[in-house]
Amino acid sequence: MLSSFLQYEFLRNALYTGLLIGFIGPLLGTFVVVRRLSLIADALSHVTLSGIAFGLMLDKKFGVGISPFYAGMSFSVIGSVFIEQLRRVYKAYQELAIPIILSGGVGLSVIFISLADGFNTDLFNYLFGSVTAVSRQDLWTILIVAVLVTSLIALFYKELFMLSFDEEHAVVSGIHARRIHFLFIVLTALVIAASIRIVGVLLVSALMTLPVAASIRIARGFKQAILLSIVFGEVSVISGLIFGYYFEIPPGGTIVVTSILILLVTIFVKQVIQRTRTKRVKT
Amino acid sequence: MTTPVLSIENVSYSYEQKEVLEHIDFTIQPGSFVGLVGPNGSGKTTLIKLILGLLHQKRGDIRLFGKPIDKFKEWDRIGFVSQKANSFNSGFPATVYEVVSMGLTSKVGYFRFFKKKHEEKIKEAVHLVGMSDYIHQNIGDLSGGQQQRIFIARALVSEPEFLILDEPTVGVDTENVHRFYKMLRDLNKNKGITLLLVTHDIGTMTAYASDIACLNKQIHFHGDPESFNDLNDQDLSNIYGHPVNAVTHDH
Repeated sequence: MLSSFLQYEFLRNALYTGLLIGFIGPLLGTFVVVRRLSLIADALSHVTLSGIAFGLMLDKKFGVGISPFYAGMSFSVIGSVFIEQLRRVYKAYQELAIPIILSGGVGLSVIFISLADGFNTDLFNYLFGSVTAVSRQDLWTILIVAVLVTSLIALFYKELFMLSFDEEHAVVSGIHARRIHFLFIVLTALVIAASIRIVGVLLVSALMTLPVAASIRIARGFKQAILLSIVFGEVSVISGLIFGYYFEIPPGGTIVVTSILILLVTIFVKQVIQRTRTKRVKT
Repeated sequence: MTTPVLSIENVSYSYEQKEVLEHIDFTIQPGSFVGLVGPNGSGKTTLIKLILGLLHQKRGDIRLFGKPIDKFKEWDRIGFVSQKANSFNSGFPATVYEVVSMGLTSKVGYFRFFKKKHEEKIKEAVHLVGMSDYIHQNIGDLSGGQQQRIFIARALVSEPEFLILDEPTVGVDTENVHRFYKMLRDLNKNKGITLLLVTHDIGTMTAYASDIACLNKQIHFHGDPESFNDLNDQDLSNIYGHPVNAVTHDH
């Protein structure tokens, strides 16, 4: 089944990209989920969409050749900075930043898409992901993002972990909470923008949260939670690509459905384990 | 004369219009085990936040190990166990080992990784609070009292000289409260760690602490437990603003 993925260059690009985002999505996603910021991924993906639409519009209207992919990535990073500012302004209502940024992203997207004369295949690919749309250049960009994200997380792992567990304690111990948090949110923006090619705007947050939702049910410790969520993420992405290619459907859908199946299995397995354990205690 | 671990001189603090601390003078000598007691809203937590540098005093002088607090940099000499420690996200997937390792994060420093000697220290701290059997368990699977010991271990792992605990026994059952205080007294006696424990549980405190301080906007009393127990009900109700019956435990 995988043979055609090694045979054709466009499929190879998709496969390698998929493996990269199946790694960095859940890796960063674990921090996102335990910090209860799952919805930020959604807000940022919609901001990315507005950037993509902006790129498409520039191309259509003015013939300016900015890749929508890079435009999306820049918008995502700028959006992440805005979220941080808003969270500081609304200290008591930090979740307000999410609907503000999310609707702002969708609003801008609608404007740019209309100016670019409406929907087309390109946009459809960005919304739901695509197996065939990944270029060699996209692959290189995503590789750079993946290396950057992985090395920065490795470098700041203990600070990020501490900040996620107990922010007050981290501050008392002299961790620069604001700077570390800023780094974290920018990395999140980059990962989302990088994943959109394959998973699509509407489902990208799922790749960061669903594998983690499954792994934290059964993992012992944080490192194991990260490791398991990466395994689940990779399984989902690979099945998404294979089914996407053979049935000619956008891979985003299958990736999410596979993740949910994994999630259901882990919930079931955990319950069975708990039940047998309590039985053993009783007897 | 030895330098006090903590010295507070004429410190006042107010939130907007409301004054919560008035002219506080308070000194803690090395090796002591101080119980800071006071009713709800007496400014205990505010005082702790000032000592930890989370709030900044507008008037007066706070010194840690003789250094003015705004110039104090050696935060790893101070350990802190917060009241909120047992209201953390109990679904957080972290093992006891991982939680305790956080106590070393700032000591190890940026761009550096944990080494063998740090691993040993983490195991030792977990052993010190008697939780070695649980080192690879998720923190969320432990009881409230056990979790609190883990947070003490996290504070101890960086080998602080001064340990501050803000209502650490909230939600811990009576029997374990005594075990917990005994553990603290041992740390104080055997390891020479200076302790400041904030609580509203006056009774248990007098049985273990070397000094008692009463706070209600001002420091109303600071002395040893014996003279605290000699205070009559009238003195106590002056401090608390309403009648109290302090249940004292004998040694």
